[in-house]
Parts: sequence; structure tokens; C-alpha cells
Amino acid sequence: MKYLAEFRDPELARALLDEIARTVTRPWTIMEICGGQTHAIMRHGLDQLLPDAITLVHGPGCPVCVTPLETIDRALVIAAQPGVIFTSFGDMLRVPGSRDDLFRIKSRGGDVRMVYSPLEALKLARENPDREVVFLAVGFETTAPGNAMAVRQAAAEGLTNFSEITSHVLVPPAMEAILSAPNNRVQGFLAAGHVCAVMGTTEYEPLAARHRVPIVPTGFEPVDILRGILQTVRMLESGEHGVVNAYGRAVRTEGNPAARAVVDEVYTVCDRKWRGIGTIPRSGLRLRDEFAAFDAERKFAVGGINPEEPAVCIAGEILQGLKKPPECPAFGTECTPLHPLGATMVSSEGACAAYHKYARKGLL
Amino acid sequence: MCLAIPGKILEIRTDGPLPMAVIDYAGARNEACLAYTPEAQIGDYVIVHAGFALQVLNEQEAQASLAELTRLSALMEADAEPEAGS
Ligand code: SF4
Repeated sequence: MKYLAEFRDPELARALLDEIARTVTRPWTIMEICGGQTHAIMRHGLDQLLPDAITLVHGPGCPVCVTPLETIDRALVIAAQPGVIFTSFGDMLRVPGSRDDLFRIKSRGGDVRMVYSPLEALKLARENPDREVVFLAVGFETTAPGNAMAVRQAAAEGLTNFSEITSHVLVPPAMEAILSAPNNRVQGFLAAGHVCAVMGTTEYEPLAARHRVPIVPTGFEPVDILRGILQTVRMLESGEHGVVNAYGRAVRTEGNPAARAVVDEVYTVCDRKWRGIGTIPRSGLRLRDEFAAFDAERKFAVGGINPEEPAVCIAGEILQGLKKPPECPAFGTECTPLHPLGATMVSSEGACAAYHKYARKGLL
Repeated sequence: MCLAIPGKILEIRTDGPLPMAVIDYAGARNEACLAYTPEAQIGDYVIVHAGFALQVLNEQEAQASLAELTRLSALMEADAEPEAGS
């Protein structure tokens, strides 16, 4: 298929691996932000093909993994209420809350439905005027435009039985938090290609300048990822910092201005807690006050639920690139994709699940 | 929710509240909203997340990066050959 086969070409991948090996003279630690890239790296075995000098650490770019526990618990309380149709992306259904998950609510008779687009939730609201339709709006800058459009459209149509639990997160503040941590070991970033497709690349410039790191927007196919790594390594080796786009077919400097405008119209930046990591200033999006009528947490008055995370899981350190999944004592024993203890074991974008699936058990 | 593969637009519908398209992802079909990519045409490849097309892939850029990578690959081969022969 066009744009796919070409960027999976083993010959091009081999040439890139050779060039990376020729370029690298010292050890470097590079973080891929996006969980989709973590998954692709494991799936194609790129971590094992790269020179030993290059360590890839896996970033927090998995929406399922970082959605805070209280959001999940609040979602569970709402989903269990009679008269509610609770809608969510499929990945969120198995995320463990304090005691439950959405699947179990469903098996006990809750009307929990998986949707592929927030517009499906909107359609359910139109078709079921006597029911409350609630959508769990999570994700990064990639899902925010769609979720914002659903709210805007609900407002335009005067739908009063549609609401969202909004728990969006933003990538650049998380990168700032990682780079500012005293124990940070990340020296360069593969920026999340599709986040950049929406937001553009300009917000990374000050970050790259302040911390003197290369930030390279990168795609998702093996050739894309290796190209991103080569670009990052070239910059690291020559002591350069800055933003260089390695995903030109999808990422424009200005991103998608139409999408950004609607996100800005519906949402506003707020401090946000990241599961396992803690609160990062100005790292989330919430509904603007003008759209408060669509805020499910207000509508169902669940704002007071504030649970604590169980202590066994080291997902927080994994999401910050400080540890890798096999360093967790529960990895593959107590904690498996079928019985996840932490959110990083749930979604295929989570580092623990990716390591488990592709059997990176012994590799530390 | 972050499906990273591009899809090809097969059909565009403008009769609903928002412009929609039928998208083919290497065989699997689904709908996506074109509100953010109004310039998209049938046959274009788009990046879709959570049911919204977020960007039309730029064919020229794709060709340019492939050409650059093919040059790199040819260079690597040219480098490797004398070694193999010696
Ligand atoms: S293996 Fe399970 S318990 Fe351990 S860090 Fe990963 S998700 Fe948490």
C-alpha cells in the first residue's frame, strides 16, 4: 500500500541501520515519546538491531497509561448509573480503576459501549434523547480535535443529554518535566509524529533551546523511526540542538490550524495529573466554562472522588524513562496483559504490554 | 486510539452535519470526519485518529524522503562492495 510498503522496505531500513552504526561514537539515550512508536520498535525488533551504544527509553505517550486513576474511578461511578450510556475508546475498557474496570461494569449490566469516534457517541445521544450519553474524552493532541468537535457539535445542535469526562494531556509539558527532572537521562527525543501533525513543531523550539536537546518529529514505520533516530544521533554527535522534522509527509510547521482552532475554542489549558507520574503544570486540557454544560464530572457530581494508587506498580518510573518494564518485580508474573496491575500493561501502546507481547523479558 | 497507519479516501459525503469520508486502511474500511481536512479529495491518503482525518499526506514530501533514503541506501551498497570483493 502506498505510503506504507515503501516505509517498511527492509533495504532502506538496513541502510539506515548501517548509517546509524557508522555515525555513533558514544553512548546516547533517546526517548520515543509516543506509545505507538514504542509498539512499532518492539514489533519490528528495532531495539535489538540498533548499535548497543544507543539506548531507547520509552516515553509517556500512551493515553491509556497516563489517564489518572481518579478519572477512571469517576468514569466507573458514572458508567454504573442507570439511564447512562457510557461510551469510550476500546483501549480504555480494561484499564484498572481502584477496584473495577469498565468491562466489569458492563458485565454487571452497565450500558458501556466502545466507540471508534466521539461522533458515534454524539449519534447515540441524538438517537436516545431519554438517556444520558457520556463520553470518556482522553488522549493527547491527536484525539483532542475530534473530542472538541463532538462538544462543539452537541452545543450547535442543542443536545442536552451528551457530556464528556475530559482528561486530555499535552506532550510538550511532559517533555519539559522529563528534561527538568534531576535524574533525567534522556539526551534526545523522537517527537510524536501525529501530535506534531496537529500542533506543528514550533512549541518544541523553546524546549530544544532551553535544554539543548535535539527534538525530531518522527513517523511510525520502521524506516521512519530509523530515520528519526539517525537524525537525532547526527545532531547528538555534532553537539547540535533544535527541532528537525523527519516526518515531512505528515508534519507541517504550523500543524493543522483548523484543528488547533477548534481545540482552543472548546478546551483550555489546565494543570493535569498523569497516572504514575503526578501533576504536571499546564499539561492538560479541560472544557472551557462556556461548555460547562457538557462536563460530565459536574453533571454527575463525581469531582470528590480522589483515590490512591496501589504501591506495587513502577509504571510512573517507566513512563518517565527511568526504568524499563522487566525491572518491575510483577512484570510477567503477577502482572500480565490478561490481569494488568498497572495501566502500562493494558494498551498495546503501553511499554509493559509491548515488552510482554514481544517477549523482551530478559533485556534490561 | 492512536492508529498510526494512513488511510485512503474512497468516498466523500457532505449530506450530514459534518463532512464525512469512507476510508480504506489496507483492506479495512471505516468512516472518518473531514472537518479538519476540507481540502481532501477522493484518492488522497489521510492520517486518522479517533475518527477524524488530521492531515492529508503530502505526496511530494513522501517522494522526496524516499529519494533521499534510496540515495543513502545506494551509497551504503557502493561502500560495501569493495569490502566484499577484497
Ligand atoms: S509490569 Fe505491571 S505492575 Fe509492573 S510496572 Fe508494568 S504495569 Fe506496573
